[in-house]
Amino acid sequence: MAEKHLLLGDEAVALGALHAGLSGVYAYPGTPSTEITEYIQQSPFARERGVRSRWCTNEKTAMEAALGMSYAGKRALVCMKHVGMNVCADAFVNAAVTGVKGGLVVLAADDPSMHSSQNEQDSRFYGKFAMVPILEPSDQQEAYDMMAKAFALSEQLRLPVLMRLVTRLAHSRAAVQTAAPAAQNALEPDNERTHWVLLPGNARRQYASLVAKQPEIAACAAQSAFNSLQIPKVSDLGVIAAGIAYNYVRESAPAGLPILKVSQYPLPVQQVRELAAHCTSLLVVEDGQPFVEEQVRGFFGADYPVRGRLSGELPRTGELTPDCVAAALGVSGGPAFADARNLAPRPPQLCQGCGHRDVYTALNQVAAEYPDARIFGDIGCYTLGALPPFRAIDSCVDMGASITMAKGAADAGVYPAIAVIGDSTFTHSGMTGLLDAVNDGSDITVIISDNLTTAMTGGQDSAGTHKFEAICLALGVEREHLHVVVPLPKNMEEITRILREEINYHGVSVIIPQRECMQTLGRKLRQKKQEMK
Amino acid sequence: MKLDIKLSGVGGQGILSIATVIGEAATAAGLHLKQAEVHGMSQRGGDVQSDMRLSTDAICSDLIPLGQADLIISMEPMEALRYLPYLAPKGAVITSGKPLVNIPNYPDEAALLAELDALPHVVRADIEALAREHAMPKSANMILLGMAAPSLQQLLSEEQLRDAISRVFARKGMEVVGANLEAFKLGLETARNR
Repeated sequence: MAEKHLLLGDEAVALGALHAGLSGVYAYPGTPSTEITEYIQQSPFARERGVRSRWCTNEKTAMEAALGMSYAGKRALVCMKHVGMNVCADAFVNAAVTGVKGGLVVLAADDPSMHSSQNEQDSRFYGKFAMVPILEPSDQQEAYDMMAKAFALSEQLRLPVLMRLVTRLAHSRAAVQTAAPAAQNALEPDNERTHWVLLPGNARRQYASLVAKQPEIAACAAQSAFNSLQIPKVSDLGVIAAGIAYNYVRESAPAGLPILKVSQYPLPVQQVRELAAHCTSLLVVEDGQPFVEEQVRGFFGADYPVRGRLSGELPRTGELTPDCVAAALGVSGGPAFADARNLAPRPPQLCQGCGHRDVYTALNQVAAEYPDARIFGDIGCYTLGALPPFRAIDSCVDMGASITMAKGAADAGVYPAIAVIGDSTFTHSGMTGLLDAVNDGSDITVIISDNLTTAMTGGQDSAGTHKFEAICLALGVEREHLHVVVPLPKNMEEITRILREEINYHGVSVIIPQRECMQTLGRKLRQKKQEMK
Repeated sequence: MKLDIKLSGVGGQGILSIATVIGEAATAAGLHLKQAEVHGMSQRGGDVQSDMRLSTDAICSDLIPLGQADLIISMEPMEALRYLPYLAPKGAVITSGKPLVNIPNYPDEAALLAELDALPHVVRADIEALAREHAMPKSANMILLGMAAPSLQQLLSEEQLRDAISRVFARKGMEVVGANLEAFKLGLETARNR
């Protein structure tokens, strides 16, 4: 029974997975992937079916839980933003060695142009690295359709399947035709210990088996309906368009342009060669890094012109736009009006009344008394403390790095070394760093700015809420050097006093300013009001 | 036939609700539709935008190319100017005229409005003031939609937009639907009186 829904790319993935018989989604919030899990959490259909969907502490625990569900014979989905692949890489790469039982789809939502990320890394490289199939939908309909195929492919090959989105597909809505839902798999745990226990003897066999599967994986891509070669007429230029790039190419492509649409990998070599044989040069159009372009250059060497991001036809950095693609295709266009003169950037700011503001006000006041102070920041709303008016942090690198960089800097002699980390980031990957600091007696002051939520991504549940004091004590932080305060203007004197005392203490100190996020608080109050009506 | 619309404003101004109403109307009318938006950072007082593409034919790019936006619909005047390079030669700008100053280096208001008014097709009004005057403080965005409605005519009628408003806000109750429909009507009148 086909129906039409207006869905974000993320929602198309979510609904597609549910209709493919999903039993569990495992994820940590991360733009632009967050909406996939939220859709499943809010879906009455998912609830009816008992689909597991609680947020995980980080992408590694998510990946491993999904692997466990797959081991038990059921279908699982893991979702993350591109940098999340770095966190779950150990489990991901080794899941290709053990193989899977129930279908396992790993969904990486990349963020070219870094709308809200630290880099533009291209998750397709992870698929190649792990030697598993990769799917890259070109639009919302394909994202939906691919889910059933992805799970089936995963079970056929007994491998995890990587699916890659980009921001402009994840966060764009279009009509999607849906199909009838399939049933979930039955519980059927895998019995093959030699597959799952990766002692070297087993691992060597499994790895050899993974290598031996590569021709089959390549054949699946070569025969895939998601890849297609169209050569309407003879042309000097041939275009390879990967994923969303296919839309941008078709937006401005001159009539009759030969196009190889690529949405399943490994790259279909035969079709690439066929396209090249009909043309005198190739343009590779892909969002992210030159994943396809590098490979295609490798096929032909210096003898055949291959152009794209590496040759300058397309910008090397930043996301694709219909404009840069049109320019690369030699199609004229462009603005009719020049940039406005009366303009200023309008960056995001911490909300009025946010607890992080009070934390930075106190911190700035005290840090000013210590000219050599360095403040190591982390990832969340509080990263905005780097901007005016606070200009409070010296670094922000990756999830959890605040504590561990502070420790390393303190080891080198930096004093005072202060770390600012949020509650969700702390449970994600701050606890292990704190344990290192405690074990080594490091002279650091850690501020866990607890707003009782994962705020930047939209206010999801935070894994360690109400547990932070207990966690810190259990890790070995001394009771006298662990403080919980309420970040409000009226408490400035107390907070600054504690900060000074703890900076002056030459061991591990943890201060937990704790006050609920204004956005989630407001939402809860509004919901209560609705319910009472 | 197509309509490419750049929606813009500041986080929290309700720009995406406008997109939802237009999207609902377009879907009910059987039009092809793509609507791209950037989430995450925009909640915190930063600039927000959305690309809406409506067409009788299939749509390829989710993003509007430079120089092809038939409409810029904006809840804030500087945010309208930000997307000028996307405006088509005959495109129209429908915008609030009241600056939202939440940055220290906001341009001179008079110069900004003069630059707006110099464009070939501009409709601007202080929608927040209108909303307050007519006791519909939360419906400024629907006034803006009403102001834009004449420019949407070739693909969506006023009635289709009104029906969409009723459906989209139904779960918030009849009062909210009523206020939004009033606001829409006010916007239409405002546009007609220019």
